[in-house]
Amino acid sequence: MSPPQPITEVEAGHSLWQDAWLRLRKNKMAVAGAIFVLVLALASLTAPFMPGLSYSNQNLALGATAPSAAHWFGTDDLGRDQLSRLLYGGRVSLSVGLAATLVSVLIGVLFGMISGYIGGRLDALAMRFVDILYALPFTIFVILLMVIYGRNIYLLFIAIGAVEWLDMARIVRGQVLALKKQEFVEAARALGLRKRRIILRHMIPNVLGIVIVFSTLIVPRVMLTEAFLSFLGFGVQAPQASWGTLIQDGARSWEEFPWLLFFPAGCFSLTLFSLNFLGDGLRDALDVRASKD
Amino acid sequence: MKPVAQISAWLLAAGVAGGLTTSCGPRETRVEWANRHQILLKGSGSEPKDLDPHVATGVTEHHIIMALLEGLVAEDPVDLHPVPGVAERWDISPDGKVYTFHLRANAKWSNGDPVTARDFFETYKRILTPTLASEYAYMHFVVKNAEAYNAGKLTDFAQVGYRVVDDHTLEITLENATPYFLPLLNHMSWFPVHLPTIAKYGPAYQRGSKWTRAGRFVGNGPFTLEKWRVNDVIIVKKSPTYWDQATVRLNEIRFYPIEDNNSEERAFRAGQLHVTETLPLAKIETYRRNRPDVFSFGPYLGTYFYRFNTTKPPLNDKRVRRALAIAIDRESLAANVTRGGQTPAYHFTPPGTAGYDCRTKLPADIAEARRLLAEAGYPNGKGFPRMELLFNTSEGHKAIAEALQQMWKRQLNIEVELVNEEWKVFLDSTQSLNYQIARGSWIADYVDPNSFLDMWLTGGGNNETGWANKEYDALIAAAASAPGPQQRLEFFQQAEALLLDEMPIIPIYFYTRVCLKRPELKGWHSTLLDNHPYKHVYLETTATTTNGHQ
Amino acid sequence: MLRLITKRLFETIPVLFIVATLTFFMMKRAPGGPFDSEKQTTPEIRAQIEAQYGLDKPVWQQYLDYLGHLAQGDLGPSFKYAGWSVNELLWSAFPVSLELGLYALAFALTFGLIAGIIAALRKNTWGDYVPMSFATFGICLPTFVTGPLLLLVFASWLTWFNASGWEQPRDRVLPAITLGLYYTAYVARLTRGGMLEILSQDFIRTARAKGASEWRVVWRHSLRGGLLSVVSFIGPAISGLVTGSLVVESIYQIPGLGKFFVMAGFNRDYTMVMGTVLFYAVLIIVMNLLVDIVQVWLNPKLRFE
Repeated sequence: MSPPQPITEVEAGHSLWQDAWLRLRKNKMAVAGAIFVLVLALASLTAPFMPGLSYSNQNLALGATAPSAAHWFGTDDLGRDQLSRLLYGGRVSLSVGLAATLVSVLIGVLFGMISGYIGGRLDALAMRFVDILYALPFTIFVILLMVIYGRNIYLLFIAIGAVEWLDMARIVRGQVLALKKQEFVEAARALGLRKRRIILRHMIPNVLGIVIVFSTLIVPRVMLTEAFLSFLGFGVQAPQASWGTLIQDGARSWEEFPWLLFFPAGCFSLTLFSLNFLGDGLRDALDVRASKD
Repeated sequence: MKPVAQISAWLLAAGVAGGLTTSCGPRETRVEWANRHQILLKGSGSEPKDLDPHVATGVTEHHIIMALLEGLVAEDPVDLHPVPGVAERWDISPDGKVYTFHLRANAKWSNGDPVTARDFFETYKRILTPTLASEYAYMHFVVKNAEAYNAGKLTDFAQVGYRVVDDHTLEITLENATPYFLPLLNHMSWFPVHLPTIAKYGPAYQRGSKWTRAGRFVGNGPFTLEKWRVNDVIIVKKSPTYWDQATVRLNEIRFYPIEDNNSEERAFRAGQLHVTETLPLAKIETYRRNRPDVFSFGPYLGTYFYRFNTTKPPLNDKRVRRALAIAIDRESLAANVTRGGQTPAYHFTPPGTAGYDCRTKLPADIAEARRLLAEAGYPNGKGFPRMELLFNTSEGHKAIAEALQQMWKRQLNIEVELVNEEWKVFLDSTQSLNYQIARGSWIADYVDPNSFLDMWLTGGGNNETGWANKEYDALIAAAASAPGPQQRLEFFQQAEALLLDEMPIIPIYFYTRVCLKRPELKGWHSTLLDNHPYKHVYLETTATTTNGHQ
Repeated sequence: MLRLITKRLFETIPVLFIVATLTFFMMKRAPGGPFDSEKQTTPEIRAQIEAQYGLDKPVWQQYLDYLGHLAQGDLGPSFKYAGWSVNELLWSAFPVSLELGLYALAFALTFGLIAGIIAALRKNTWGDYVPMSFATFGICLPTFVTGPLLLLVFASWLTWFNASGWEQPRDRVLPAITLGLYYTAYVARLTRGGMLEILSQDFIRTARAKGASEWRVVWRHSLRGGLLSVVSFIGPAISGLVTGSLVVESIYQIPGLGKFFVMAGFNRDYTMVMGTVLFYAVLIIVMNLLVDIVQVWLNPKLRFE
């Protein structure tokens, strides 16, 4: 087996990003995904400024009705407009998805990178720390957070981020351990390059692909964790909803009122599909070696 | 390992989604199989905490334990009135304080021992022993000195009102004449246990004796414990030693602890259960309309309500409490939100509880509510502080809370914030009065207004509103020692009128019980406590019985 | 390698100790107790119950008592299920969850790896999009949606399977798929990413240029390096899989571990919380150790440090 060849031609980060951007634009699925997510995010953001959209306005006598001209996505069992609830829910779910994923990616990558690169005793210690966090009971952790700090949306991000970074850290560490042994890194070290420079120039570009791919996998977990936290009283408070809580409620009555599950689940799935294609596109675009094809 | 290979093959086949047609065709459902063998398949809600009748507390446990044990009296399958059980007859003294039970000679434990008056005496001693810490010991407090013994103030059990006259005669002396005493005996806390068996597997007067396992359990009921797999199934078999085994027609009952009501409904639909514990909210309408043959609906002795924390402003003002309570459109809630045929509650004790119907009723008068609020200093909701409405997380509670929020906003112009908490946190919050308005519910332990009204006594463990009223306490005490049943109910009328005037709570609706029941299940009547004496239950298929539900 | 294993197993003890300590005190700090219920008992009875379970002692004393029992392998009596000990409950449910978890894992690995490899070889064509879309399905819909959907089709309409229960071999199929679908998505995506990373490297080009068959390229040259991240992920994933899932268990009525794991916290069943947490900790440690060993095997350059 011939040894893997190093990336040596990363002369300037500048052109790397530019090239990546050009490549990404050519990837139709990725572009379609990006456009879908952007449109959805915009619609959710502007929902409060649209007249007539209210997530809480009830019409008890109306009850759950199928999609119609008045209510495009139907109404729920309290007679609330499902489209409005979905758009308002998007604000919560998209922002949680974005923020908590970012938090977990940042922590996970940094932790995994340092642990794997420095290695030795620090690595062993760091990984045992991760093992401990894996084992601690999440429910009780969240209940405690709430008792001590009260209900707070920023804590929500921290609570989710605090548990979702562990897989990322282990994956990045695994990659870094392998990279470290490759010739180009050893050469760089032999040349006396500083750690910071090696990490920035050689390690990060090489783990970026897997980080992006795994980030897109964290998003759905984060969004559903939010629904679980709502169950604990920590997420959105009724009558507000998020996609996660809408899907949860919809799943209880989907045989009677299929639209209550179909639209939120559809929104959720399409968003994730889009993000995944965008993620794959980004990965491919940033894959320096493949670009030589 | 053969199953492994088989499953792998299935997995692959299902994954590729092809080539399965050979195994199609109508298979016999579990229910059809069970019908042939007189085996009742019952959804039983949650996994029982224990099958020791002195340690268990829930309704779920009670419904299993009543197959295994039988008390002095038993229940009529239609209206649950007391009928002879282990006691074949009983005498009541003229002052209503002394009951003498004559036990039948042929009552036997499942190990063949005769059931004697001494067994009951030892059982009652056990449940009242402080170290056992039975949570339902208070069901015995109507008996003379029982409370003192349970609290450890009295150490001589001979002074408690139980007396063994001879092997087959037991005498019980009460503190006061208690009209609901006989129905009370059908609660599991009055069922006998076989003490030698308990002692064999652990300390008899402490929790944690492992005698309730299959193969160990010794009971005197119509069924014996055959198998108990946690979170899977509990199987009981017809007992060969039961005195009335001629009446028992079922060979077996299987209790399935299916907590998720959607899963339970699916299992029923697929022909895996005869009767379910509940029915998902969304499915009620569908079944009521399309499957009246399996839709079962009846009253259930319980009240859904909200508590006010009466210790903090503005809810320490009874005008505010009344305004909030009156402004609710209960009819709309029942028709559009709860949708299970619940009766809107304009008072607290469910109508027809042991012959008691509350005379006083809350008005449905929005103008009155606005007037009261204005009188309390908040005209049109102006200046009313922001309030929190607390409920434990559940779809049903959320829907009601959301509807209330909207009603108060529309009718009184009051902003209320909804807060949901996980069950144990919620209990902690309500018990420590760390809330403003909180959801509550109460299911009666026995059919009597006392079970609903004595919880609002000053400092009562289940009061949890901070409400204290001397006059109310006096009325409940007067009812307990009332000379006759009519006077007794009159005291309850006055007490409840006072409760509704002071309004430490908001009654919302009276419970109903909705479940699915297959037509071949006979001898199963809708009862107030949802008890169904199993010895009268049987399965009878008719040719027209349809299968499943499309 | 033996040295690594002994060293790591030695590290297990302090890790378990820290986990036990943290969990114990976190748990005690959480509001609500195991014996709170909607119907309150008298303070005397309450005190008696607490005394019997040792909850009347100071917390540090309870902690030491617990550690003492733990050292003897005794996880204590369950507070919620009064007639059972935590050991009994966990050991009776573990075989069920283990079995289900392994089927689900087999499903996820089979379909995830196939989809991921095909997608990597057919990058940015329909041969990429179609398998990846199928694989992504599992994370786009939560299990509480896919489970009932599968049941509707396969149990209600086609009646191939029972709607619930864990009795016959066929009862394993739908739960395994429901649980497996979620992990399939992860395996597929990580495989695709990892394979692409390798396939673009020069030694693969060399191999291809030399006329190696596609099969050989994948099997001999790429899979080892490409699966690195899958392996990192799979350690914790297996621990999760074999400890059950409350959602899947309650949809299909399976007497597995997942319910204990989730409900212990909600019930404040203190001993059960401790039991499940420690059980999971041991699994995680063992699985992560295995992962580290497999990673070295996949990449001999790493050697054991």
